[in-house]
Amino acid sequence: MMRLTAHALTCQRGGRIVFAGLSFVLEAGEAVQVTGPNGAGKSSLLRLIAGLVRIEEGSLVLEGGDPEANVGEHCHYCGHQDAFKGSLTVAENLAFWTRYLGGGGQGPEVAMERLGIGHLAALPAGYLSAGQRRRLALARLLTVTRPIWLLDEPTAALDLASQKVLAGIMADHVAAGGLILAATHGPLGLPTRELAIGSAA
Amino acid sequence: MTGPLAAIFRRDLLLAMRIGGGAMVGVVFFLAVVTIVPFGVGPDMNLLARIGPAILWIGALLATLLGLDRLFQADADDGSLDLMMMAPTPLPLVIATKAAAHWLATGLPLVAAAPVLGLLLNVPPEAMGAVALTLGAGTPALSLIGAVGAALAVSLRRGGLLMAILVLPLTIPVLIFGVAATNAAIVGPLPFGQPFTILVALSLMSLVLAPIAAAAALRFGLE
Repeated sequence: MMRLTAHALTCQRGGRIVFAGLSFVLEAGEAVQVTGPNGAGKSSLLRLIAGLVRIEEGSLVLEGGDPEANVGEHCHYCGHQDAFKGSLTVAENLAFWTRYLGGGGQGPEVAMERLGIGHLAALPAGYLSAGQRRRLALARLLTVTRPIWLLDEPTAALDLASQKVLAGIMADHVAAGGLILAATHGPLGLPTRELAIGSAA
Repeated sequence: MTGPLAAIFRRDLLLAMRIGGGAMVGVVFFLAVVTIVPFGVGPDMNLLARIGPAILWIGALLATLLGLDRLFQADADDGSLDLMMMAPTPLPLVIATKAAAHWLATGLPLVAAAPVLGLLLNVPPEAMGAVALTLGAGTPALSLIGAVGAALAVSLRRGGLLMAILVLPLTIPVLIFGVAATNAAIVGPLPFGQPFTILVALSLMSLVLAPIAAAAALRFGLE
């Protein structure tokens, strides 16, 4: 069983303490919703777990994972930037990330169909709308297997139908024993535990 | 070819070809630099023949640096760099692969264009081969050293100029031995092999050291 334990985490960005002494436990098969006002450090927490922000103090331990790999290598990070090149087509972008990140999940065509962007496969990603780009970013969750999903505002720019699809995808992942940590203001559409972090300084 | 490194190599080459003919921009810039020199120095054919190899090398150096600041900046801007750093593939290998793709897209066209541009500088035909050979051996070092500068400047919004200032001094040894080898091939009296082997050594050293240095710079650039 996989378990992510954070003990007394302190995060500092730009010389300012974003949050301090944050402890929580994330169990396999659990979806946790990180809530808090703007500037409370929700995005910083996700980036910190992904290994993209230095841990100032405290510890982050993952049990039950691959001991050779660090925590970030177990994670999908789906942030505000979607990491797609506007001059490559939708299919090329997804194929690149699937190969680069190691794949292991569903085929790109299946993933694109599930998220309703299959008909856009040959279109350069630069022409996608914000919601379509977000759906393409979410397709990466399906094509590459990672036990921990770090989702930053996953429902942003998604229409109601796509939000339902996303909720279904997340429910499947949780049912398969995955872990989800999502920073969001709105409801995710599946049973979640809430992790409220500090008030904005 | 499969695997993460092959994927990134193919993507970078594809991007270089798609975005406004990435390779051609360097060659056209190279052409512009080399063309204005005879106008500046005057029509002294002997002088041109003597400084020709140096001009070709300086032109190639500047053309390589052109756009090198985008090597990591573009990936940092759209979030690709975040995902690359999270992936299990070692970052120095990713950087070496990106530098290789950059060299293939911008360095190799310069090498191919150099003998043609040598005609403008009255470089003797028998020396064209030497010019192309030294550029072929030396420009990988320029791409790799430039990658270190690009990694340092990645967190700066307009790091292009800073990168040039950081990188140019580091490329001086490559320039010295590149020009020395070319001159040795044309006029002597030094044997060609001596400076050329040092030039190759510089490229090999950068291949080992630059990706590690650039990876450290990228990780440091993270907050």
